Amino acid sequence: MMGRRVFLRLLLSVAVVSLALASSSAFAQNGGELRFCLHSEPKTFDPVLVDDDASLSIRYLTGGVLVRSNRRTQELEPELAESWKVSNDGKQITFKLRHGITFSDGSPFSSEDVAFTMQRLMDPALHSSTGDAFRSGNGAVSSKIIAPDQVSITFPAPLAGLERLFDQVAIMSAHSPKKEAAVLGPFMVAEHKAGSSLLLRRNPNYWKKDSQGRRLPYLDSIRLDIQSNRDVEMLRFKRGELDLINVIDSDFFDRLAASSPGLAHDAGASLDSEFMWFNQGASAPIPEYKRAWFRSTNFRRAISQAINRDDLSRVVYNGHAQPGVGPVSPANKFWFNSKLKAEPYRPDAALQRLQADGFHLQNGSLFDKGGNAVEFSIVTNAGHKPRERTAVMIQQDLGKLGIKVNVVTLDFPSLIERISQKFNYEAAMLGFRNVDLDPNGQMNIWLSSAENHAWNPQQKSPETAWEAEIDRLMRAQASTTDPKKRKESFDRVQEIAAEQAPFIYLVNQNALSAVSSTVAGANPGILHPQTFWNAERLTLNPTTRASR
Amino acid sequence: MSSARTLACVVVLAVCAMSLGANWLAPAGYAQQFREAPSAPPSHKHLLGTDEIGRDRFARILYGTRISLLLAPAAALVSTVLAALVGGLAGYLGGIWLRLARAFTDLFLSLPWLFLLITVRALLPLNVSPLTSVLITFLILGLLGWAASARVLSTSAEALRNSDFILQARASGLRDPRLFFVHVLPNLKPVLYAQFWISIPVFILSEANLGILGLGVAEPLPSWGSLLRELEGLISFREEPWRLVPLLLLIVVLTSFQLLLSNEEVTA
Amino acid sequence: MCLRKMPLWKTLLWKIARHLGAIAALVLLGGLISATLVRMAPGFDADERELDPSLSAESVRALHQSRAGEHNILSFYAAYLRGVIHGDLGTSHALGQPVRTLLRERWPVTVRVAGVGLLLAWLLASTLAFTACLWRRPAYEILGITVSGAFLCIPAAVLALLSVILNAPGYLAIALIVFPKIYRYSRNLLAKAYSLPHITAARARGLGEVRILAWHVLPVAGPQMIALAGITVSIALGASIPVEALCGLPGIGQLAWQAALSRDLPLLVNLTVLVTLVTLLANSGADVMNYMLRPREA
Repeated sequence: MMGRRVFLRLLLSVAVVSLALASSSAFAQNGGELRFCLHSEPKTFDPVLVDDDASLSIRYLTGGVLVRSNRRTQELEPELAESWKVSNDGKQITFKLRHGITFSDGSPFSSEDVAFTMQRLMDPALHSSTGDAFRSGNGAVSSKIIAPDQVSITFPAPLAGLERLFDQVAIMSAHSPKKEAAVLGPFMVAEHKAGSSLLLRRNPNYWKKDSQGRRLPYLDSIRLDIQSNRDVEMLRFKRGELDLINVIDSDFFDRLAASSPGLAHDAGASLDSEFMWFNQGASAPIPEYKRAWFRSTNFRRAISQAINRDDLSRVVYNGHAQPGVGPVSPANKFWFNSKLKAEPYRPDAALQRLQADGFHLQNGSLFDKGGNAVEFSIVTNAGHKPRERTAVMIQQDLGKLGIKVNVVTLDFPSLIERISQKFNYEAAMLGFRNVDLDPNGQMNIWLSSAENHAWNPQQKSPETAWEAEIDRLMRAQASTTDPKKRKESFDRVQEIAAEQAPFIYLVNQNALSAVSSTVAGANPGILHPQTFWNAERLTLNPTTRASR
Repeated sequence: MSSARTLACVVVLAVCAMSLGANWLAPAGYAQQFREAPSAPPSHKHLLGTDEIGRDRFARILYGTRISLLLAPAAALVSTVLAALVGGLAGYLGGIWLRLARAFTDLFLSLPWLFLLITVRALLPLNVSPLTSVLITFLILGLLGWAASARVLSTSAEALRNSDFILQARASGLRDPRLFFVHVLPNLKPVLYAQFWISIPVFILSEANLGILGLGVAEPLPSWGSLLRELEGLISFREEPWRLVPLLLLIVVLTSFQLLLSNEEVTA
Repeated sequence: MCLRKMPLWKTLLWKIARHLGAIAALVLLGGLISATLVRMAPGFDADERELDPSLSAESVRALHQSRAGEHNILSFYAAYLRGVIHGDLGTSHALGQPVRTLLRERWPVTVRVAGVGLLLAWLLASTLAFTACLWRRPAYEILGITVSGAFLCIPAAVLALLSVILNAPGYLAIALIVFPKIYRYSRNLLAKAYSLPHITAARARGLGEVRILAWHVLPVAGPQMIALAGITVSIALGASIPVEALCGLPGIGQLAWQAALSRDLPLLVNLTVLVTLVTLLANSGADVMNYMLRPREA
């Protein structure tokens, strides 16, 4: 009898000890501080007003969303919402929310918070750019609270790609006294030293658990330093002071790949593109004969054919880029029109096109039919080294056709004033950072009446037949929710863009990132945030953690 | 000292000769992009390697010398003359003129001239010729760079104004302009020389910074400033030491110039 | 004959009061001129967010509206001055915080970095210049010219990056940027002072080098060196802009850089006022000191 009790006690103590050991080894995989850089000061912590990169990263790490678009598979995953249903007419979406979730300050999460967030998002006085994506038509957006765990949101007009838009909507608390400081995401803002650094700490009330039932995130905290200079950032990464860099340039990538191969990641073609365009505006203060050149499809296509895109990819991006095809990168698997190819480098065909328009070569210079020498300027923003190099390479390529190109690098505000307000430019070169897979995000670029219709914005009515056709097609794809019909319309838009070349697409850069060996679980992709999209599952290896 | 001077003379002549003979020494030219060999190390074809888009660095240094080493000293001269006129004259005249000049100079030192430069760029046509653009750039640099030394000059000139030999010269009937140019100005030479020699590298570097605003030397023309700015992307000098050559060359050339043109008064 | 003169302290007080009045007027003028320069420069109204296609037309209009109060520069400046009287320096567009908080947080950093850097630069330059005077060897002269020339030719950004690479403190970069200029001026001033005839006479009389330096050279070169000290303050402030931006020091220089890039008018006006004030105080201080130290007439 005595022996049995002793044996039971022994068993119990063994059980207790082994349980303690097991949990401590589990803790041995948790904790630590991840460190990386933001390139500018975050302008706001209010998730509704987020517009710049830095604030976007903060929102991603601290905000809880109803559905999440997985940055690797591009599939929608349930987050705060267990399930959702979009009505047949595309105007209403109903979410069923998870139970038992609280904000970081302990206040409970319910459909009231969703309704409150939507109301704030769509508030016309706040001019939220996230909210603008939901503005499908005139009329108010209304939310109906069906139950504490069920909410439906109704829109005045059908919205294409409705569910995906909720990836950007971080739910705010309706009642918490902490307002936007009460968050549902894996981390919360703990310290902010303006201009210097930001500290995010683990949200103790984060709802997500891993497959073994352990509470996420694994990390204790994330330190974000504000460093706008890329050279310094890369230096600090090399020295081991930073754990990851979201986007690195190709020079550093090659250097890193040579010295420490496992740290540099090339995730393939990204959604970003570099392109140039000509000023076709009727009221632009440029000479008439130049306007005639820029409005000629033959001229634009000839320029496009005279640019050696392979050289650009190889020299400027060290091979980490693909020739650009159209408004959508080939990485966007669903929406890319796979029948289209990049414009091949054919300077002889380019010259023929120009001659068809009345241009002629004389003493190595190209003249138009009126006898004017073909000379124009390309404006671009200073400080962006790949873009400056691209412009100089295009200068040489077009020089072979007898065209004199002047490269003018300007500071960003002057550039914006020229291309969006005064229109006193001839050709411009910029890049497009695409965060959205859905082409609906490009409505304001392709509609001829919109402000971002770069080559000739805010037209009262479409000035060319092809622009009218694009208007019709874009409106068609926005008014239906059938993905096949939408793809048909947008495929045709891409075809017209390739035929008419209002934008001359140059390259699609690859998504290059750097992840230190101290980080485990990173899976860099092409969608922002490339390296820390799964921040709640990242861990640091034990030796690093001990030293911090 | 004289052996150093001889060496300096040789260096300056060599650099001048090489930059004038750039057409023969570097037939590849400063603009041609050898796209199969970007960022190449030095070889017999490219003595100092190539830059990121394959242009011969040696050719770019030679051609860049023509522009920068001709225009930067000219701009430095402009700013020195302005400093002498504003600072020296004000100090000499004294009284209300001195106070006004000092106030004007102090204000001039504090204003954000960046925005004036941006405005100048906007007023110029986009297709301005590279020569015009670079001339205007250096002219503006000269017009903006006089303020600091004018301040010091005003103090020097003020001290001279009350000095014995000026009083004596005035007493013997010398008129003001002659007094200023013949007796006061030469005594301001130390500050003027310092101003001149400091301004040359400062203007060469500023020209490169002005490239951010669309001013400065237009692509594909090279300039010392843009060659020096290449150093910014260098994380480790050990990897590509030949990229330091433009900097070393500039230091050597400037030192040689200074050794040549200095005299006992400024090097005791 | 008895000349009635104002006592020295009264003259000094009057001179200081006059200087302060002039400083106040100039600072106000400087603020207005800089506001005008910023307003006239192209890109004043431009916001990066205009290029964002996800913004609706109304949002873009709202962006422009937010700057409407700054279109008329005179009314903006009047409103700004009214605010200053109440202690409100305006709000920064780029950082979304009141300017007063920003300046209060950041000026200690700049004072420390630029201040220590300037002191170090003077130390370096004076050591080089004075030893060159005392030693008088051509090789030393050439060394001085080469070293100061070398640091003048290195771009400030490269020096800042070097200090990051070598983990050196920011004030070292500022010291290296500023010292060549101080060295050149002071070397030439001292050399000129040395070339005066009475120095040769003093040497002939057997006076030691240090005594010559202290009693015969410094009084001649002194006033100009003090004036030089005044302008080196504004040179150091200018150097702090790239150094702070690259070394990640959250000071006034970094603020100035951001403000210039984003045409942040409230911030730029305040920064100009601050810089004008500091420059004027430094230079006026030098003037007053020179006045106090000048030899008295009997």
